[in-house]
Amino acid sequence: MDRIVILGGGVGGTLTANLLARRLGDRIARGEVDITLIDAQGAHVYQPGFMYIAMGGEREERLSRPERSLLDAPINLIVDTAVRIDEAARTIVLASGAILPYDYLVLATGSRIVPEEIPFFTQEARHFYTGKAALELRHALDAFAGGRVVIGIASMPYKCPPAPLEVSFLIEAELRERGLREKSEVHFCSPIGRAFTIESVSEVATPILEQKGIELHTFFNVEAIDPERKVILSLEGEELGYDLLILVPPHRGQQFLIDSGLAPAPGGWLPTDRHTLQVGGRPNVFALGDATDLPLSKAGSTAHFEAPVVVEGIIAGLEGRAPSGKHASYEGRVMCFFEVGDGKGTLLRFDYEHPPKPPKPNALWHLGKIVFNKTYFHTVPRGRV
Amino acid sequence: MTAILQVETVTRTVDARGSFCPGPLMELIRAIRESQVGDVIAVRSTDKGSKLDIPKWVEKAGHRLVSLDAREGYDEIVVQKLR
Repeated sequence: MDRIVILGGGVGGTLTANLLARRLGDRIARGEVDITLIDAQGAHVYQPGFMYIAMGGEREERLSRPERSLLDAPINLIVDTAVRIDEAARTIVLASGAILPYDYLVLATGSRIVPEEIPFFTQEARHFYTGKAALELRHALDAFAGGRVVIGIASMPYKCPPAPLEVSFLIEAELRERGLREKSEVHFCSPIGRAFTIESVSEVATPILEQKGIELHTFFNVEAIDPERKVILSLEGEELGYDLLILVPPHRGQQFLIDSGLAPAPGGWLPTDRHTLQVGGRPNVFALGDATDLPLSKAGSTAHFEAPVVVEGIIAGLEGRAPSGKHASYEGRVMCFFEVGDGKGTLLRFDYEHPPKPPKPNALWHLGKIVFNKTYFHTVPRGRV
Repeated sequence: MTAILQVETVTRTVDARGSFCPGPLMELIRAIRESQVGDVIAVRSTDKGSKLDIPKWVEKAGHRLVSLDAREGYDEIVVQKLR
């Protein structure tokens, strides 16, 4: 029997499991293949919704579903935490003490946030990378009566590159609606020399920043917080004062991947082949989603487009052939909605060879994002889109 | 006059070819943050803007641009972390 083990019940892990189960249904029924997914919480969380807890009346309980409810019946689910991978023995050690053997391993272990790596982060800064933090940001905004709002990025890489810019647009719009705009300044700190990494998007975003009176600080990578003076300091040697500070926290890969010798410290990102998605040249270990070190957006859509390639890679391995068909190789495909505030949005679509050409922001793409958010649990993890 | 050749050994190579988001400069910033002072990082980029963007950031952030070379189909920019 070939044992396929998937670590992680996010977009990448869940979709990979379901696609595998569909393609291997007969072999699973005959007892030739077994698929097991391990998830620490046993719940699948739609993380892009967190921003809307802070900015759009979303509730955390609506953003989560039991993982079991999203998995096809033949897939085994174990709710436990992986603590070590023993490559020599081809086993995974779980927190409960259980040891699980594998023939093929899929690492869909995501990223984790580590705000504590920046002194005074927890005390001074708000963010929207967990449901709880997003609610705290909502409360901070409710209590805000005017002053200087500063939005910045505390480390690279981080989930969803457009999010801090979107939050800047949405907060500015909210301050206007609440009659606080005259008493407030909004500052956006970009890590690079323009508003956004993709030049064509930057060309769309920069006039919007100007029109909304949001001050853009370029080459400003937030490095430290001085709580006494209420200023942030940049990696480039500048500083900026704040009344309300919103910072993207530092992100890391999983520590157990470093401890198991699969990912280098300190980042913990898995060295992943950009086309095969194999980890460090291992033919039976694959990674997808946030967990990889690929130079791509850490976003659900990246995992969504990677999953069929991982599935084809595993099935090709089982059948002793080279991957073939339209999912033989990952070509860097990513797709994201981008909110610009005032009920408008645009869409970013690109791959390794083709840069994005975002359409002019309009109400349609904003609605597209809302519909996607509302229908997510019925579509993406189940492999229906 | 004797020319002094300073040969830098690349500590880490960042393959940011085909990266539009977050992009090669963001990948370099990530590598710089994860590196030690003195480390030398090579960034590979197919983004035509990198040969302008990256030297600008390197100067502003107080690091050293070691070299900038056009390779087959991409640029390779080598940077040393100074602080």
